[in-house]
Amino acid sequence: MKAFLPALGLAAALMSGPARAGDQLAGEPYIHDPSTITFSDGAYYTFGTGKGGLVSKDGWTWHRGGERPGGGVAPDVIKIGDRYYVAYAVGGGGMNGGHASNVRIMWTHSLDPASPDFGYHDVGTVASSDGTEDCDAIDPAFLYVKGHWWLSYGTYFGYIRMVELDPATGQRLAGNTPVNIAIDLEATALMYRDGWYYLLGTQGTCCDGPNSTYNIRVGRSRDPLGPYVDNFGVPMLKGGGKLVWGAHGRGYGAGHFGLVDLGDGVQKFSFHYESDMDRSGRSVLAIQPLLWNDGWPVGSENLRPGTYEIQSERGGALELAVDAPRLPFDWRRSGFMAPDGPVAHLPDQTLAENQASWPAGPIAVDMGAYMVRPHQHWTITPVDGAGGYFGTPYVKITVAGTDRALATTAQGEITTVPAFTGAPDQLWRLDQLTDGTYRIVPRAMPAEVTPLALTAVGRSTVRLARFNPDSAAARWTVHLP
Amino acid sequence: MTILPSRLAGALAATTFAIGIAQGAHAQPIADLSPYFTPATNAVATPDEDGFIRRWLVLEPIAKPNRTNQGFTRDYVRNALATALPDGLDRTLPRDGQTIHQNGAALQWHALDASLFDVKLFNVAQSLGKPTYGVIFWVTTVINADHDIADAHLAVGSNSASIWWFNGVETSGLYGDRRMVMDDVVSPRVTLRKGRNVLRGAVINGPGLSDFCVRFVDDAGVPIKALTITAR
Repeated sequence: MKAFLPALGLAAALMSGPARAGDQLAGEPYIHDPSTITFSDGAYYTFGTGKGGLVSKDGWTWHRGGERPGGGVAPDVIKIGDRYYVAYAVGGGGMNGGHASNVRIMWTHSLDPASPDFGYHDVGTVASSDGTEDCDAIDPAFLYVKGHWWLSYGTYFGYIRMVELDPATGQRLAGNTPVNIAIDLEATALMYRDGWYYLLGTQGTCCDGPNSTYNIRVGRSRDPLGPYVDNFGVPMLKGGGKLVWGAHGRGYGAGHFGLVDLGDGVQKFSFHYESDMDRSGRSVLAIQPLLWNDGWPVGSENLRPGTYEIQSERGGALELAVDAPRLPFDWRRSGFMAPDGPVAHLPDQTLAENQASWPAGPIAVDMGAYMVRPHQHWTITPVDGAGGYFGTPYVKITVAGTDRALATTAQGEITTVPAFTGAPDQLWRLDQLTDGTYRIVPRAMPAEVTPLALTAVGRSTVRLARFNPDSAAARWTVHLP
Repeated sequence: MTILPSRLAGALAATTFAIGIAQGAHAQPIADLSPYFTPATNAVATPDEDGFIRRWLVLEPIAKPNRTNQGFTRDYVRNALATALPDGLDRTLPRDGQTIHQNGAALQWHALDASLFDVKLFNVAQSLGKPTYGVIFWVTTVINADHDIADAHLAVGSNSASIWWFNGVETSGLYGDRRMVMDDVVSPRVTLRKGRNVLRGAVINGPGLSDFCVRFVDDAGVPIKALTITAR
């Protein structure tokens, strides 16, 4: 099933045209080199090159906010204990020289400038480059695993290096020396999963708007100090790197990966597009689903608007609970037809034919064997102004060709209503899970963790239930009819 | 032992600038060429364990200002390199220590053995006090085969653009703002002839590092290592 999804994505893309980069997020998501999105005091923060950053309550609408003193380029943020540590680089990054730089660290108890716990404390410099050596100490990235705190840094000028920090102080671990782990990357990031360390970085050309060729690559290693290799076995010290994400739709030049782990098997990645062609070519924050395939992270995209068959992993297609009429069929004219008999094109059942048996009011939904019937086809459409959650918009799910919308009842059951009104109980969110399937979450009953989700509680019965990441009951795939 | 021009010899003999950064297999002192190159010797050189060719004659950089690497189109690179081709390089092999005059500048050829798989041209220029950005580097080497090896492919990675000629025939071109990736561009089939084969390349860059890596692979991508390299 996983192998089928990318092909569907392509097909959907061909049907609906290129996605707008800015369709994902609302507000003013203008940033370059976004740091790992970090939750503090009821809001999410990301900081970029230069001063300040972006703040959001829901991961969808972003506004200017947050304070990050020190300036410099490409910070990263991590919370360890009750401290938010911020790494940033001062100096370096020069196109024609100017590669002397320092990676500095500071910490605060809160990222919210209005909090009494807000206030940065300087730790000092943890890595440097002198401007001549084959390294430029910018673009720091954190990883904290098993009590060890790692920091990668570097850019296109020579080597990417790794150092280890002291979790108690934020300073370099005593006696630690940098290790070269890659060449010719920018904006590195680190992840750990199932015993693998992942080094992500950006290759290509930065900072040239719609001509930027930035693209995000990854290699992995069992050891945090490498060797990191890509899926072809090419070491990242020899330029290797498996593609994770690049230019897409109306977004050109993808760079500076950041993991957004929402729990429950939902992961996203944040990054910036060098140029959002629907926002004057400005550099914007983007957040998209992150999948895992055979131990490798794979960038994905939100489900594109369109009409789909929605299949439960339990083996039933979501459908209106109606008695769909039979299609006319003459066994004598098909099953017993001579091989050289006439061949005719038989029409699918029309919506009008199928709709004849529908009651006027709310209609329940259930699941059944998919039979290419109109009551089994659903049109998924983002709703302007309805918002979203971490890059995923709220959508309406209507029976194709009608305004009949999937909805929740006041009692927490699932139904369809004759006409979509935009009410919260008619809005849904399709979170793509790391295995490529989707969970379908109602807008009316939000929860950040283990939300209610459309769940196959029986082979033919669908109901809202708390999402269980260990079960396939609330995992759905979508297929073009 | 090849006699090195004094400045390069000085760079290769430079003492390590101790900053506590270098460690392990990738140690690299500052402003010191010795981690990356040693002078080419008379000893037989072979491709390394991955097939990369490490012995090269390197010409000091020719200044060619390029404000950005985004302009390295096929036409631009081809014209720039054609204009900067040293007289006779397409017909004869230079000698280590030989000085030529190009665009009014006196430039020397250096026979070097790279210590790593990649040939760090930027560091060569840096150690000589030569321009490091907006430059063209010419390199050449001689690859010897005991017998004809058909169906070979020249596999090149370069930062940034480059063109490569094998036995006088243009074989590979790498264009645009490239970073060095091993086996980035793999040529159509060529035959490594029994005896001497001359490989010549030119790397052009604007901002950023200049380097390249070269090896020959077979149809299956397996490196061809039964070769010797003489660079003379």
